[in-house]
Amino acid sequence: MTTTDEIAVGDLLRLATAGSVDDGKSTLVGRLLHDTSAVMPDQLEAVRLASRNRGLAETDLALLTDGLRAEREQGITIDVAYRYFATAKRRFILADTPGHVQYTRNMVTGASTAELAVILVDARHGFVEQTGRHTVVSALLRVPHLALAVNKMDLVGYAEEAFAEIAEEFAEYARKLGVPDVVAIPMSALCGDNVVEPSVNMTWYAGPTLLEHLETVATVGEPEATRLPVQYVIRATDFRGYAGQLASGLLRVGDPVVVSPAGHRTRITGIEVGGVPVDEAFAPQSVVVRVADAVDVARGDLITPVSTMPTATDRLMMVGCQLASRPLRTGDRVLLRHTTRTVRAFVEAIDERLDVHSLSTDSPMDTLYTNEIGLVSIRCSEPVAVDPYEFNRHCGAVLLIDEASGDTLTAGMVGVPPWWP
Amino acid sequence: MHILREVAAEFERPVLLFSGGKDSTLMLHLARKAFLPAPIPFQLLHVDTGHNFPETLDFRDRMVDRFGVRLLVADVQSYIDAGDLRERADGTRNPLQTLPLLRAIEANKFDAVLGGGRRDEEKARAKERVFSLRDDFGQWDPRRQRPELWRLYNGRHRPGEHMRVFPLSNWTELDVWDYIRAEDIELPSLYYTHRRTVFLRDGMWLAPGSWGGPGDGESVQERMVRYRTVGDMSCTGAVDSPASSVDEVIAEIAASRVTERGSSRADDRMSEAAMEDRKREGYF
Repeated sequence: MTTTDEIAVGDLLRLATAGSVDDGKSTLVGRLLHDTSAVMPDQLEAVRLASRNRGLAETDLALLTDGLRAEREQGITIDVAYRYFATAKRRFILADTPGHVQYTRNMVTGASTAELAVILVDARHGFVEQTGRHTVVSALLRVPHLALAVNKMDLVGYAEEAFAEIAEEFAEYARKLGVPDVVAIPMSALCGDNVVEPSVNMTWYAGPTLLEHLETVATVGEPEATRLPVQYVIRATDFRGYAGQLASGLLRVGDPVVVSPAGHRTRITGIEVGGVPVDEAFAPQSVVVRVADAVDVARGDLITPVSTMPTATDRLMMVGCQLASRPLRTGDRVLLRHTTRTVRAFVEAIDERLDVHSLSTDSPMDTLYTNEIGLVSIRCSEPVAVDPYEFNRHCGAVLLIDEASGDTLTAGMVGVPPWWP
Repeated sequence: MHILREVAAEFERPVLLFSGGKDSTLMLHLARKAFLPAPIPFQLLHVDTGHNFPETLDFRDRMVDRFGVRLLVADVQSYIDAGDLRERADGTRNPLQTLPLLRAIEANKFDAVLGGGRRDEEKARAKERVFSLRDDFGQWDPRRQRPELWRLYNGRHRPGEHMRVFPLSNWTELDVWDYIRAEDIELPSLYYTHRRTVFLRDGMWLAPGSWGGPGDGESVQERMVRYRTVGDMSCTGAVDSPASSVDEVIAEIAASRVTERGSSRADDRMSEAAMEDRKREGYF
């Protein structure tokens, strides 16, 4: 997502948290930051003052994370906030997303870049509708690792049976959605059990604490096909190079490649990273490549190996999540953004809307309202070289944009996931 | 680099805010690396409060020469002289930067303004976008900010509106220093320990100067200090430090128990929502 990818300082894990205020999410995030020393005494002092100003007897760790005054006044979190912390083993970028029903779009945003999602449930209430919603969104965005934080174990007497029941229901649900890695951890964020330190109250639990899990979960997935979207053409005297960030895979000097959507074939003759020539480069490095032939390459083109070349198409079916407050309707004319390419597009149909509670769909329909998830058929003014989202998280992702206001309307994942009802 | 290239590709008149501080110096280095062997496709803009450290200005001018870029200076003093801005009672000019900045953006029709802001600096920044839309008054409306998914940055804007872009959003203070070490980037001498005449105000070591310090009852003394941020002299405090090299600075930050802004920015301490208010008005 950013240039952080380019700093070689240890290992980096991007995670998203989901859960409602009542599940104790702010307390959990506050504790992670506090116990990993990401919170400095001056920040803690500010929170202590703020707590006192509100007439609270104790320092509310949740105030560490509630950023905007608009939110503080209403006592809610309205948007994704990013937090940073580090341990000796790893650095972490945490997308903190509020969990209310109306904020599915925030969860989608946070999950789009996450490699792990922490889903919170209250041990007293167990697996509720909202847990299902968070799991579906994580699966839809293809977050590879899910961790269920069964919080407030102190309020159920640290009972193993209560935990086991919730963990089993969750594992079953996630399996149906094809999530590759699922872990459940019993904890009390308030008391500090199993967040950073192992719990002395739940000796029956032999698994990792949340932080141990975050520190050890694998960040390198299956090898993916090489994709280099061309961002910018660099021209200088006797030099013409194509700049872009490798979305996936590995590129070597000498590789035969094809430039989509036009389909020109050529060969990589040079790769540079930050002005330094290299023999090979890998995702998510930002590179400049040169090619053998004087083929026409421009921003929006996609460089890939010939063997795994994507299909260029002007018609696509995608799962859409409506982000904007205005709905998306059949017949809308919009802009479609795919990697670095923007084309005009037409919404041909909105076929099915997903009920995330029952995992069923209703159809037919012609409108997708804010926070709703549905199947959208699109016709583009020019072909785009898309991958199914199942196959590639970056080259299978699109945005629909309002041409007049520039607002981002809809997040789209190309294709239909295998578990779609 | 990805974000800098997006800006070069999607906008017609991008500008990079350059103060001579460590974050904007790092950005300048990244910008050079992102476009080699071509020159940096951005102009630089510096909003000069008139109370900058001479070391910073000297450094700024040397960098401009070295990188062969064009520098524009928006000068707070000239706005005060013209009566468009009034000096504040406390002498600090940081809040006065907003007007010259917005006027410079308007006059030069800049459509993208690159800044070194990081999300780890302050709570109100934790929700800032990488591409942050400003209306035609330069104002930031939290409700109009766009969700940012995957690596897709939506740079569309209407005429008169502009985008503030923060490529370092996901960097922490330590990341910045690690990169400065890895790339051997030169910084103003202020970032390393030096002997300086200072006086104590609100728990910070401030440097005396024409901006108005020290006041009555404040006495100066000599100490070995360095700066963690470099801004307006009236509100940027030094910290006691023996760190004379990048390695020593990194060791010091890693062990530090106070945030960069808490230790050295008087203006951020003003109120819980100080940054949010200034951002709404068009401040960086």
